[in-house]
Amino acid sequence: MIHYSIGNLGHIFVIASFVFSLFASVFYLRAAQLTDPQSARQWRQNGAFFFCGQVIAVIGIVIALYTIIFNHYFEYNYAYSYTDRKLPWFYLVSTFWNGQEGSFLLWMFWNALLGVVLIRFAGRWEARVMMVFSFIQVFLTSMILGIVIPGLDIKIGSSPFILLRDAVQDPAFAANPEFIPEDGNGLNPLLQNYWMVIHPPTLFLGFASTAVPFAFCIAGLLQRKYREWVRPALPWAIFSGAVLGLGILMGGYWAYETLNFGGYWNWDPVENAVYVPWLVLIGAIHLMIAYKNNETALKGSMITVVVVFLLILYSTFLTRSGVLGDASVHSFTDLGLSGQLLIYMFFFLIGSVVLLAIRWKEIPLSSTESSVYSREFWIFIGVTVLMLMGFQVLLPTSIPVWNRIVEFFGGESNLAPPADQIGFYTKFQFWFGVLIAVLSGMGQFFWWKRIDAKRLRRELFYPLIITGLLFVILLETIVSAEGGIQSVKYVFLFLAGLFTIVANGKILISLMRSSPSLSGGSVAHIGVGLMLIGILFSAGYSRVVSLNNTGLLIRSDLDDEFNRESLLLFLHEPRTMAGYEIEFMGERFEPRNKSGYLTSKDFYNTPDPDRVIAARDVIYNGRLLYSEGDTFNIARENTYYEIEFRKDGIPKYTLYPRAQINRDMNGIVASPDIVRGITRDIYTHVNMLVPRSDDDWSEVQEIRVRPDSVFYVNDYIASIEDVVRIFSVQGQPVDSADVAVKAIINVQGEREVYQVEPIFLIHDNMVARLPDEINDLGIRIALFNIHPEDGEFSFGVQSRQKDMVVIKALEKPYINILWLGTGVLMIGFGIAMVRRVREYTKMKAKGLD
Amino acid sequence: MKKSHLFALLVIAAAVVIIISTAGDASTYVTFSEAREIAAKGNPKSVHVVGELKKDASGQVVGVTPGADLVSMSFLLIDENGETHTVQYNNPMPPDMLKSEKVVVIGRYDENRFLAEKILLKCPSKYQEQNFAAINQ
Repeated sequence: MIHYSIGNLGHIFVIASFVFSLFASVFYLRAAQLTDPQSARQWRQNGAFFFCGQVIAVIGIVIALYTIIFNHYFEYNYAYSYTDRKLPWFYLVSTFWNGQEGSFLLWMFWNALLGVVLIRFAGRWEARVMMVFSFIQVFLTSMILGIVIPGLDIKIGSSPFILLRDAVQDPAFAANPEFIPEDGNGLNPLLQNYWMVIHPPTLFLGFASTAVPFAFCIAGLLQRKYREWVRPALPWAIFSGAVLGLGILMGGYWAYETLNFGGYWNWDPVENAVYVPWLVLIGAIHLMIAYKNNETALKGSMITVVVVFLLILYSTFLTRSGVLGDASVHSFTDLGLSGQLLIYMFFFLIGSVVLLAIRWKEIPLSSTESSVYSREFWIFIGVTVLMLMGFQVLLPTSIPVWNRIVEFFGGESNLAPPADQIGFYTKFQFWFGVLIAVLSGMGQFFWWKRIDAKRLRRELFYPLIITGLLFVILLETIVSAEGGIQSVKYVFLFLAGLFTIVANGKILISLMRSSPSLSGGSVAHIGVGLMLIGILFSAGYSRVVSLNNTGLLIRSDLDDEFNRESLLLFLHEPRTMAGYEIEFMGERFEPRNKSGYLTSKDFYNTPDPDRVIAARDVIYNGRLLYSEGDTFNIARENTYYEIEFRKDGIPKYTLYPRAQINRDMNGIVASPDIVRGITRDIYTHVNMLVPRSDDDWSEVQEIRVRPDSVFYVNDYIASIEDVVRIFSVQGQPVDSADVAVKAIINVQGEREVYQVEPIFLIHDNMVARLPDEINDLGIRIALFNIHPEDGEFSFGVQSRQKDMVVIKALEKPYINILWLGTGVLMIGFGIAMVRRVREYTKMKAKGLD
Repeated sequence: MKKSHLFALLVIAAAVVIIISTAGDASTYVTFSEAREIAAKGNPKSVHVVGELKKDASGQVVGVTPGADLVSMSFLLIDENGETHTVQYNNPMPPDMLKSEKVVVIGRYDENRFLAEKILLKCPSKYQEQNFAAINQ
């Protein structure tokens, strides 16, 4: 039975949230226009009332969608497309934002909550700020409205509550409109990762929060309070910078752990689309801090705050309109929202540009130039570098948009993004990184004191000496252990990174004595320095451990210089490379409810592929997981490949890269396994699997053996242990007229002795031969004949390719410095935010907001 | 000249350098014959070719040859002009390749074959592969 009511209820909530936010914005608009405080307050209260109604509606949508997901109502497209019955609850939580509609919903949800906070705390800014905020909410809710305008045939938004039969063309629905699939399509294996539970909410909170400073800025412009808006907006901008930055890095970490491109950043358009607004946001924060002493910074903060918000809208357009098409590794589905997204973007673009243009002349501007020794000067330079940095990324990312624009005007453009993305972006971003590091080190000295040339030299003396000393020490120890300086330009980034850590460290120490609450900036800049050094080492010194230099299998038609970074490993045939002995130890399976790895010998299969019975006591790392005969569940879709890394014969790391097989058995998704060490990560993923099939067996080769002699099968030594008469074959008793004989053959594998037991059967005077196989060794043996005259046996021997995997292994030195730096940066943001909130609250208490 | 003017000039110069470099490093979407011409002129730049895998009458992908070393492969790609050409890829086959709707190869011509450095796949959305009727029975 189809559960119509919950979907209808959800859809009603969607429409209600749209209508309520529209009402809220109109009421707030009116409240902002009125000068009479009494009636303005009434309109404002009505606005707040509708906004809160809208919040309840949004919560209603969320509950309705979760009801559908958690109850497995597969008659709904959303539940069918992204879930199945096997998913654990935390992935069911995350399926909420795996669809496009759901991610808009997540954005709306944060926007609604932030709106409530603003209503509570924005004080006299409420009417105008909330007017802008409610307008943003109108556009967001319209994205999931799912309404067709009658007559015009224009669809507005895509609802998460559509039924499967309305989303999919399938004959099953023609036959039976009430048809409900038994199970859903499941969640994309790549998204079954804990980071996918927390990364999107963080990122979308970042997206939503950029609207707050934007709303304050617009409110300031409308009210001609050109300076006053900065103070309440600043803590929000810092909050936004922290959350957005954290969201971006979580995305990078997810990619590092789950995808197999071997790193945390790939300069993919999706990544760039959030990186650019974040850079501009960081610029905006710096300008907003400097606005008090310099009016150029005031204009700059207005422009950057507006640009950040517009860039967020632009990035939404880029990633969701399908315009990136062939340019990105990620696939995007076009929900037909491009037009709506464009309207959304142009509404705020034109609105804010017009407003800025009208007010431009009125915005105060100082005529004096800032001195080279003023902090404003250095802030301007830093912000300019950030803007150029963003511009350099934005430009190539927008190439697909450029093509569309040219085509729109009837031209033809076939520009594609640079082929070598990493090389192209690094070429510029590297030097921008150096500049940022130097400036964030220098800037701090101008920040706290009015300084002149002489004083500057004195202040810089010790930090420079310490930086130099540190550089030499680290060069001799850590860097030389990694193979020394590999490129001259690395010296610049390393020195610049160290300098910013030392310089900000000096400031931090002196601030800790006097006023620790002001230390946010220096802590954040130390974080940036650490991040840059972490990136330098983990990317610049990343080594491919699996370089294929065996010389055995290189194709003759390829150049020798060709760089093969994948390594073919046969079972138990170690390869030595990059100082490691690497051995493939076999396939492993994973129990669903316990942590550990099982081999195929540990269990018997049952008709249900997920349920198995322990064939013996299963011990993993000294822990007894299951006793013989226990029935338990395994994650059948996942296969792990145990790869052992040894140094001088001593096992150093054991990695279990994963291959996840989709339900239709066609697609294989590989995820890496990472051993995290203090100084380096070892990262391995499976590149290719060779599926087994019956066609792979070689021609049968007949050999004749004496019982006491050894023989070779697929290059393994084998010997006959015994030949016995048996009275049951495969559980069936043998008739008294028939004869069954079993040979027991020992085969010496690399790690253990295997036994093969082929059977020779005479039934009704017909001969049957039942061969036996060893998968690990790629051997199949049949007992062909018994020769009583000379006491010999003949066997039919077949062999095939042994089990093998193709892996890629990388070493990433000092990647932890990057994560440490991220943490420090976040702490810095936190300290700075607390300080700015306190300042604002103080001013508000004095009635000066 | 005022300092701020000098500064503005520097910024403009940097922006121009970025624009020129982007234009210079940007790749292009081309067909195989255009890729051949570019390579014949001795231009070592990588290009993008968009195409589909060659399929037989029953819709099975044909012409995919794994390399002898098992970590490389070649396949047949039909570009937008309908020209079929061999593409060499010196990496293992991407997992979803045989199911993909559209394949974008990034690379260049090298002695009669197209050497792909990177492959982007556009996979069909999940719906189109479904057949509920089969599940229904």
